[in-house]
Amino acid sequence: MRPNIWRYASPPEFYRLAGGLAPWFLGVAAVLAASGLYIAFFVAPTDFQQGESYRIIFVHVPAAWMSMFIYAVMAFWCAIGIVFNTRLSFMMALALAPTGAMFTFIALWSGALWGKPTWGTWWVWDARLTSELILLFLYIGFLSLHAAIDDTRRADRAAALLVLVGVINVPIIYFSVQWWSTLHQGASVSLTRAPTMAATMLAGMLIMSLAAWMYAIGVSLLRARTIVLERESDAEWVRELGALPQ
Amino acid sequence: MTPLGAAPVFAAIVRRDLTLALRRRSDVLTTFFFFVIVVSLFPLGVTTQSSVLRSIAPGVVWVAALLASMLALVRLFAPDFDDGTLEQLALSPQPLVVLMIAKVLAHWLVSGLPLVLIAPLLGLQFDLPVQALGILALTLLVGTPCLSLIGAIGAALTLGIRGAGGLLALLVLPLYIPVLIFGASAVSAAVGGMSVSGHLSVLGACLLIALVLGPWASAAAVRIAME
Amino acid sequence: MLEALNLDCARGRRRLFEGLSFELAAGQMLWVLGPNGSGKTTLLRLLCGLLQPESGQVRWKGEDVRDSRESLHVDLLYLGHAPAVKDDLSGRENLCFGLAQSGIGITPHEADAVLGEFGLAGRETVPARALSQGQKRRVALSRLALGAAKTLWILDEPFTALDAQAIRLVLGHLTQQLGRGGCVVFTSHHEVELEGHAVTRLQLAQ
Repeated sequence: MRPNIWRYASPPEFYRLAGGLAPWFLGVAAVLAASGLYIAFFVAPTDFQQGESYRIIFVHVPAAWMSMFIYAVMAFWCAIGIVFNTRLSFMMALALAPTGAMFTFIALWSGALWGKPTWGTWWVWDARLTSELILLFLYIGFLSLHAAIDDTRRADRAAALLVLVGVINVPIIYFSVQWWSTLHQGASVSLTRAPTMAATMLAGMLIMSLAAWMYAIGVSLLRARTIVLERESDAEWVRELGALPQ
Repeated sequence: MTPLGAAPVFAAIVRRDLTLALRRRSDVLTTFFFFVIVVSLFPLGVTTQSSVLRSIAPGVVWVAALLASMLALVRLFAPDFDDGTLEQLALSPQPLVVLMIAKVLAHWLVSGLPLVLIAPLLGLQFDLPVQALGILALTLLVGTPCLSLIGAIGAALTLGIRGAGGLLALLVLPLYIPVLIFGASAVSAAVGGMSVSGHLSVLGACLLIALVLGPWASAAAVRIAME
Repeated sequence: MLEALNLDCARGRRRLFEGLSFELAAGQMLWVLGPNGSGKTTLLRLLCGLLQPESGQVRWKGEDVRDSRESLHVDLLYLGHAPAVKDDLSGRENLCFGLAQSGIGITPHEADAVLGEFGLAGRETVPARALSQGQKRRVALSRLALGAAKTLWILDEPFTALDAQAIRLVLGHLTQQLGRGGCVVFTSHHEVELEGHAVTRLQLAQ
C-alpha cells in the first residue's frame, strides 16, 4: 500500500501524526543525549593542548550545526509554502524558528565559555561565532516580522520571503566574515579548528548532533500542533477534539 | 494619447520620484546631514589622534553610510503605500521587477549619491591619504546602490506595520554586512597602500547579485503587502 | 470577456464568499452590491489580481489571470478607495504620471482639458495638497476620460462624495466605455442607471 503523504498536508491528519511521533523523537533524543554526554565527560580523552575545558565542543559544535541546519529546513518549508500555497508548510517553518534560535544562542554561549579558558576572552571575532551571531539576528528578524503582521497569511508569506532571502545571504555572509577574520586575526585564533579528533571525540559529537536533531524534530512537531490548534480553532475537527471525553 | 513601452514608463517613474524628492527637500537633506553628523561624532567620542582616526575611518564612514541608507528607506515605498500609488504601480502593464529598479534608482540618486560625493571631504577630517579618499568614494559608489537594492526588500516587507523603522533595521542590517566588510576593507587596504582590486571586484559582484535578486524579491514583497 | 469561476475567499477568520461565479461579456456592466464588510472591495481586488483567492479562477479573455498578469494589466483601469493622488504633485502631473504608469502617454494639454471637464479648470497646476477631498477624487476620476484604451474598468465606489453634475459626467464616460465594447465592474451605495444599457447585479451575501 503506497502511503499518500499529501494526506498529511491536512491539518487534522498532521495533528494526529505529530501527536503520535513527537514522544518517540523526544525519547530517542533523551537516550542519545545521555550517551553523548557520557562519552563527552567520561570516555573521551583529555586533550593535551586544551585540557578539560575543550569538552564544551560537544555542546558547541552540535548546536552550531543544528542552528544552520534548522535554518535551511525552514527555508525549505517556506519555499514549499510559497510554491504550493500549503498553510501547513508555513506553520512548520514557524514552529522550527524558536528551536533554531535556541540552538544559535547555545552555540554562542558555549563558544564564549570555550573561549574564556582557552584564549582568556569571553568573545572571539572568529568566522563561526560572528556568523552565529548574525544567524541569531536572522532568526529574531523572522520571528519579529511574523509577530508584527496581524494578518496571518501575509505574515506567513512575508516571513517566508525573508527566510529565502536570508538563506541566499547566509553563505555570502559566512564567506565574507571568514575572509575578514583571517585578515584580522590570522588562523591561530579560530574556534573552527577543533583539536585533532580522537575517534571517541568524533563519535561523541556525532551522537550529540543526532540527539539535538531528534530533539528539534520532536519539539517542533509539538509546537506545530499548538500552532495548528490556534489557527484552526474555528474548524469542526478542533471542536470535536474538545468534546472528546477525558 | 500614445501607448508607452517599458523605457518611457521606467523614465516616467524615475522622473516622478525625483520630482517628489526635490519638492520634499527636507527629507533628503535630513539623511545627508545625518550621515555627516554621525561621521563627525566619532573623533569626538573616540580620539583625535591621527593614526587612530586613519585606521577607524573606513569603518566609521561605512557604518554611517549604512545607517543613513537605512534611514532613507522609510521614504521608498511607505508614502506610496499610504496614498494608493503603490497599488497602481503593481497594476502597471510593465513588469513590477523593472519598476522596482526604477524606484530604487531614483531613491539612490537622491539618498545614496550625495553620500558618495561628500565622503571624500569627510575622509579629510580623518586625515586619510589622497589615494584612500578616491577609493572611499569608489567603494561607496558601488556599495550604496547595493544597500538601496537590498534595503528595498526590507522596506517592502515592513509596509504598513507599526514600528516598521526598528524592524527594518533588524531585518536589513545583517544583510548589509558583506557590503560593509568588503567596502571598508577596500578603503583600509588603500590606506595601507595595498592592492584594492580584489576587494573592489567582490564588491562589484555583490552589486551584480543585488541587481539581479533584489528587485525580484522587492516585487514579491510588495505583492505580499498588497494582499 | 471577464469570468469568475468558483471563487472562494476568506479574510483572516471570516469566509467572505464561496463558489462565486459570474461572466461578463463585452459591453456589459456589473454592479457589486452588499453591506459594508461583505467583501466588495476584496472581490474587486481579486479581479485585478492584487489578491489571490483560496480557490477558483479569474479569467480575462479566456486566460487565467494568475498566469498572464501583464496581459490583464494592459487592459485594466482600476480606481480603488484611495485616490492614488500624490499631494506634492499637481493635478496635471498626477494625471500624466499616473497614466504613464498604466502605459498611456498624454500631453499636459490633454491632461488640462480633461481636468477642466471635471471641474478643475484653473487648478491644474496647484499641488494636490491644496485640493479638497472631493477635488482629489475628481483628479482620480479624470483618468476615466483618458482610459479609452482600457477595456476593463474596475471602480471601487466611484460615485462617493460627488455632486449630481459629476455623477452625470462619470455615468457619461461609463456609457461611452460600454458603447466601445468595454466592461465595467463597480461598487456603489447609490442606485445606478444607464440609458440603453442594462446593469447586472451581483449581491454579496452577509
